[in-house]
Amino acid sequence: MEPVTILAIESSCDETAAAVVRNGREVLSNVIYSQIDLHTVYGGVVPEIASRKHIEKINQVVKKALDDAGMTLDDVDGVAVTYGPGLVGALLVGVSFAKAVAFAKNKPLIGVHHIKGHVCANFIAYPELEPPFLCLVASGGHTHLVMVRGYLDYEIIGRTRDDAAGEAYDKIARAIGLGYPGGPKVEKAAHSGNPDAFDFPRAKIDDNKYDFSFSGLKSAVLNTINGAKMKNEEVNPADIAASFQAAVIDSMKERVLMAAEEFGAKSFAMAGGVASNQTIRKALEAACTEAGISFHCPPPILCTDNAAMIGAAGYYEYINGRFDGLDLNAVPGLKLE
Amino acid sequence: MKILAIESSGSAASAAILEDESIIIEKKGPFKITHSETLMPLINECFKESGLEPSDMDLIAVSGGPGSFTGLRIGSATAKGLGFALGKDLVHVPTLDAMAMNCAGSGRIAVPMMDARRGQVYTGIYDLEDGSPRAVLEGCAMDAGELLDMINTKYPSGKVIFLGDGADAFKELIIERCKADYIFAEGDDAYQRASSVGLLGYRKAVNGGTVSAADEAPVYLRPSQAERVRAEQNGN
Repeated sequence: MEPVTILAIESSCDETAAAVVRNGREVLSNVIYSQIDLHTVYGGVVPEIASRKHIEKINQVVKKALDDAGMTLDDVDGVAVTYGPGLVGALLVGVSFAKAVAFAKNKPLIGVHHIKGHVCANFIAYPELEPPFLCLVASGGHTHLVMVRGYLDYEIIGRTRDDAAGEAYDKIARAIGLGYPGGPKVEKAAHSGNPDAFDFPRAKIDDNKYDFSFSGLKSAVLNTINGAKMKNEEVNPADIAASFQAAVIDSMKERVLMAAEEFGAKSFAMAGGVASNQTIRKALEAACTEAGISFHCPPPILCTDNAAMIGAAGYYEYINGRFDGLDLNAVPGLKLE
Repeated sequence: MKILAIESSGSAASAAILEDESIIIEKKGPFKITHSETLMPLINECFKESGLEPSDMDLIAVSGGPGSFTGLRIGSATAKGLGFALGKDLVHVPTLDAMAMNCAGSGRIAVPMMDARRGQVYTGIYDLEDGSPRAVLEGCAMDAGELLDMINTKYPSGKVIFLGDGADAFKELIIERCKADYIFAEGDDAYQRASSVGLLGYRKAVNGGTVSAADEAPVYLRPSQAERVRAEQNGN
């Protein structure tokens, strides 16, 4: 079979990204322009600023992706783009640009689900990995436990009821004065802290044992900090960070092991920005290994929002003939199933 | 010179293809439907019905703002994508200038008004005497009442034509306050249209006013809410 080369574009949040991917597994280029410095002063991503920046950067990012791959648009078989979920204004920049390129060059257009993209980052990192497997997608905007039954067959078996895991990290980071983005900062602080210093809650959801909830954990942490302040007691931010992270890890570990057993998954994969957290990664790897489940987690460059993963997901849509029309819209609350 | 013109700053998107100053085709979308769903299909229709190909275009003209932030970005990203794929430059046409162009044959002073919310309009005042709009008041965001005071002072007995969804939103105020001899634009000329963007785009391009697809970006005339709040907190 002829190789299939996909140009992929991702602009769902604060990264403007483009990549060229061959056969869903081989990354020929992966360009990411991160806007994070622009948003840091606001303590989080400002949608309007993100959208404006995407417009300013998109041509340069796409051009660099083609240049790095040593290709022109004529060498590309299809154009894949994230169309949701995400920030609508941000998504629309990538979607509008991709549609125009596909139209002008008469190439198939492939709308890709952002979460599927994160899952498919594992196909790049592990060329031998094939469905079925269990996948935990955790980022600043999402926390989903997904049973990947086939390349186009995803079943969500658990999701967060409130905050996403990464969002909880951001809020805790703010509370202990670490600033934005919280993930790497809390993880770093936790290294020198005692994970047993505080007994923060591990939430259980009554009607779906695979769903997550991080808002109770967040409140417990904030109450501990405020309570100590009122009593003029010192709390060690590192202990808070480590105990908070231990609670996050426990709730992930418990659900992953339960789900792997119930659904008979022999393989487990992580995905999303939170999968860059080495402490979480090591803990889940150890738990999976002990349970005889093979463990997968892409390198950080494929965990953060990127377009290579969209190119991987787009490839499987492409070979199944799933194309979109010129009326493709951004869908901020796009469902996975 | 063949020009594809794109307009998506207001409530109805439109696209047009021009050969220099003559309009080959113009297509307008329905009101209040996401431009993301309508704009590319409109562009596609322009090509299908004219028998032209995207690669026949020499230039992409885009309505550059102000207007709906999201609408502007849909048009801009589309134009930038087309320019990138076709290897063609863009020409950035200020939206208010293009709206004034709608009234080129009216023999009046054109006052385009776009509803900018919070009691304001994006507006400008344009002299159309030599057939192209010349800004007497450059595009800006201002209170509708302040605009009318300015018109009353500058043109107490002048002939004025109002247009745009801002003229609809502040129609009662205009009737109550405007002392000039005024009329409202009618039909398709009352709102943004791609053919005017293309026409002005052509004139601008002939004078070397093109921009690379990479460098084009909308001019919003307003910072984001977050930037505004932050500037206020910092005492500006």
